[in-house]
Order: sequence, then structure tokens, then C-alpha cells
Amino acid sequence: MQTLSLILSAIPNGLMTGAVYALIALGLTLVYGVLHIVNFAHGATLTAAMYAVYVLHAVFRLDPYLSVFLLTPIFFALGYAVQRFVIGPASHGSDNNILLVTLGLAIIIENALLAGFRSDTRSVDVPWNFNVIEVAGLFLPWPKVFAFFASFVVAGLLALLLTTTDMGRAIRAVAKEKTGAELVGINVSHIYAVTFGLGAACLAIAACLLMPTYLVNPRAGDAFVLVAFTIVVLGGMGSIPGALIGGLFIGVVEAVTSILLGESLGQIGIFLIFILVLLVKPTGLFGAKA
Amino acid sequence: MTDVSYRTIAVVVAALALLPLVLSGNVMVNFLAMAMIVTLAAQGWNILGGFGGQFSFGHAAFFGFGAYTMAILQVRFGVNAWFAIPLAIAAGALVGLFIGVLSFRANLRGSYFALVTLAFAEVFRILVNAWSFAGGAAGILVPINKGAINGQFADQRVFYWFALGCVAIVLFLTAYLLRTRFGAHLIAVRENEDAAMALGANTLKVKLGAIALSGGVTALAGALYTMKFLYLDAKIAFGAWISVEALLGAIVGGLGTVLGPVVGTLALLGLGEVTKHAVTRYTGGTIAGIDLAVFGALLILCVAFAPRGVLGVVDRVRAKYVGSRA
Repeated sequence: MQTLSLILSAIPNGLMTGAVYALIALGLTLVYGVLHIVNFAHGATLTAAMYAVYVLHAVFRLDPYLSVFLLTPIFFALGYAVQRFVIGPASHGSDNNILLVTLGLAIIIENALLAGFRSDTRSVDVPWNFNVIEVAGLFLPWPKVFAFFASFVVAGLLALLLTTTDMGRAIRAVAKEKTGAELVGINVSHIYAVTFGLGAACLAIAACLLMPTYLVNPRAGDAFVLVAFTIVVLGGMGSIPGALIGGLFIGVVEAVTSILLGESLGQIGIFLIFILVLLVKPTGLFGAKA
Repeated sequence: MTDVSYRTIAVVVAALALLPLVLSGNVMVNFLAMAMIVTLAAQGWNILGGFGGQFSFGHAAFFGFGAYTMAILQVRFGVNAWFAIPLAIAAGALVGLFIGVLSFRANLRGSYFALVTLAFAEVFRILVNAWSFAGGAAGILVPINKGAINGQFADQRVFYWFALGCVAIVLFLTAYLLRTRFGAHLIAVRENEDAAMALGANTLKVKLGAIALSGGVTALAGALYTMKFLYLDAKIAFGAWISVEALLGAIVGGLGTVLGPVVGTLALLGLGEVTKHAVTRYTGGTIAGIDLAVFGALLILCVAFAPRGVLGVVDRVRAKYVGSRA
């Protein structure tokens, strides 16, 4: 049973990729949970963050894992500003408009990157890129193992922020009952922008974790964005544990289908799950009723 | 909502028909021909998104099915181009029904619907890319066989007039539909689906009709693309570019207006050409993607400042200086 052993070895790999997927999906699900919109610029923002990691490394020789401390606040601020000053005012409070504005942003970011960096694929070379860790007879690339654990730490911190801080309580209040939150004195457009900023910050962290093992080109985020949507839909729009479990699950599905169907059809499994979940149970596994 | 008379449509079509006689040159004719193809896709999008309020982000699915049906029928089955066109339209309508039955029966609305259409377009792209019968990743090439009987015109202006004819038919059809019960129900669904249902409109049937029609019209755009370029691959036919341009053409021109897609697409593609031209002029080279970046900015500006598109702005200006027509 060579196929079986191949599949078994694909599972840890899938879990590690899935953890980073989960981190990307976390930002998306958070924004959906609070603003009740799908942020179509999520993938493009991730691409932008990956380029930021690349530039910091290429120009200042900054280690991707150190870039985290610089890029996370920067992307938080960018996300905040974009929601507060572009998406919010431009969409006049209509959901369809928000969809269109984020789509417009995605197109701008993606093509600005294409204009600035051309379509070449770029990567970050660090000495520990190819280090491996041996676990139970399997050789696991250490940047991926690191990304796996880091993703959980970030998810935990985010959950802590949402449950224990005043800001977190305000965010959850706005997510549950916008008008009520407004009545008790919460500045809703500020909370919207903070949420959006948190989503972008998740992406900055994900980009720093991804860059040592992934390549970036102006469309790199596209590959992740539908995957992230799938995870969010599967786990239930707005649910943090849903995003984590959904991410791990999708990572494994992708790894296994790539082995069974070949690399080019590997993503089919993900999309089919996506369509199926949307059609059969749009609220997902952990989602509240819409 | 009978916002435009048949006479206005006739005047616009006649003016467009005269364009290649006034503006000569291959570049211009090719631009106009491409604009007609995108206009058709935008009209297809507008039927579902503009009048029905169901925003699709995956109209590439219909465009691709139309384009590939046209190419495969000609290349693999030796079907004449003119017979292949109605079959391509039928294929697009069927795919529309298929996606519609699945997603509307599951009651998907808003961002969910946008997402599921996007996912369908991606699935088709990946499948066609891996399907050797359709040429696989290398794409499919329709052999050159010049002659009007094969739908391959020596004079590109003839192709343009044919494409314009298709646009005209769809324009009249749309204007007619708006005067029917179906059109009224479709707009009711957009304005308030629950209220429309409560008042006895069969909203599911109306939405299915709209997506089938939308799919057919967009597939016609795809079929014309194959006719003009004689080459396809999965990235072209099912790529995000056409989903985006179809949506933009309708929104920039005026969401849910009959003439919006025509005006919007011409403005959009014209602006794209001007941008590329200006870049070449001032930098001496080309910058890939600059026209698309402008499109993205235009989309945001439209949503923010001109929710009824170019036609809405025209109406507002006219109301201010000439007095309202109503």
C-alpha cells in the first residue's frame, strides 16, 4: 500500500500548511463576523504583506521573523485607515457596495504590485530555509513547523483580546447588535476600522510566516483567498474555532488530493467542498444562524 | 422602469454602426470590436446584477462556456461557426440554470452568491485547464479558414458590425423584457425579495430566468471572442478579467439601465487605452496592469460618487440645466 503511506505522510504537511491557512482565514472571519461583509481585498492585502517582507529582506536584510514586529502594526494602521476613510464612506452602508469597493481595492493593490514588481516570482532566502526536524520518522521543514505553532499562538492571542479586553468586548458587542452598541456609546465606525485593522495585521503575520517557504508574485494572494473563503464558510462565518479547525481540515484535504489527483487538480477538492458547504449548510459547522 | 425608448436604442446603435466609417484604422476597429464583446458580457451581467440585484463575481463561467463550446464544436466536431453560436448560447444558459438552481434554491444572497459564482468559475477554469480534449493548458486553436461562411471575416469591420448587431438584439430584448411582467418581477426581487414573494411573485423562477438569460448573453460574448481571436486557453476564457470587466462595464455605465453597459464599457476600455497610451508617452515604456489599476479606482469612485454610473451623472446634469425629463 504505497499510496496509503504517501497519504499518511501528506497529512502532517497538510496540517502545517493548514495552520497558516487558518491564520489567513482568521482575519477574514473576524471582519465578516463584525461587519457582515466579505472582504474581497483580503488576498491582495496578503500579497502586499508578502512583498513587504520581501522588500525588507532584500533591502535591509531583515529576517522575515523580525519583520513581524514592524509589519504587524503597519498593516494594522493601514487596515484601520482603509476601512475608516475609504470603504466606510464610499459604500454608503450598503452590503453590495462594500463588496464592490473591496473588489476595487483588490484590483488596485494587485495591479499596483504588478506595475511595481513586474510579474517575476520572488522569494526570500534565509540560511535556515531548508532545515528539517525529524518527528516519528518524518522529516518536517522547520519553517513550516514554526509557522504551525506560531499560528496557534496568534489565534490564542486574538481570542484573548476578544474575550478579556474592553476593546474585545466592544468588538463583540458591535458584532452582535450594532444599534445597541451604538446606543451604549460605542463608536461603531471606530470598531469597524479596528476590526479591519486586526484582519490586516493577521495577514502581516501570516506573510512573515509564509515567506521563508513560499514564493510571491502579484497574484500569489489569489491562491490563498478562495482557500480562506472556503475555510471561513466551512467553519462558519465569524467563528474563530471554526476558522482554526476549518484551516487544518482544508490543509489536509489539499495535501491529500494533490497526491491523488496531481498538483494541477489539487485545489479542486477545496472548491468542491466550498460549493458543497455553501449549498448544503451555508452557516458552516460552527456558525450561528445568519 | 422603462427607462429608455426603442428609438433611443436605435439611434445609439446607428451611431455606433457609423463609427468605423468615420474613425479609420485597424487599431480603432479592433478596439471597437473588443468593446462590443465586453459590452455583451456586461449586458449579460446587468440582466442578473443590475435588474435582479444578484451580484455575480464569476461571469467568466458563462463567457468561458460560450467560448469553449464555440471552439470545441468547430475544432473537434467540424460544426460550422454559424451553427455553433446558438449552441454556445444554449450552453451558457444551461450553465446559468445549473448554477442558479444550486445557489438560489439554497437561498444564497449577497456576498454568498458572489462567492459561489466565483468558485464555480475557478472550478471550471481548473477543470478545462486539465482537460486534454479541450486543448488542456496549451489552449485550443481554431484553424484559419477565411470566409464569411466560416464566420472568419477578411474585413474586421464586418465582424464589428456583426458584434454590434448582437449587442443591438440584446439591447432591444432587454428593453422589451422590462416592459413585461417578468421584468417587473425581476426589479421587485432586487428592491425587496421578501416583499416580492409576499405579493405573489415566484422569485425563484424569476431569478432562474434571469440567470439563464444572463448566462446565454455572456456566453454569446465568449463565442464572439473565439470567432475574433480563434484562440483560447482556460486563463483567457475563465479568467477573472472578464468577470471584472463585465461587472465594471455595467456599474460604470449605470447599474440596471438598458444602455448602461454600452456606455460603461466604451468609457472603461477607452480609459484603459488612454492610460496605457499616456504611460507609454511619459515613461517611454509600458507598465503592466496600470489600466486595470485605473479600473479598480474607477469602480470605487463610481460606488462612492456616482452610484448610477455615467448615465446617472448625465441625468443629474440634464435635470440641473435642462429640467427633468420626467
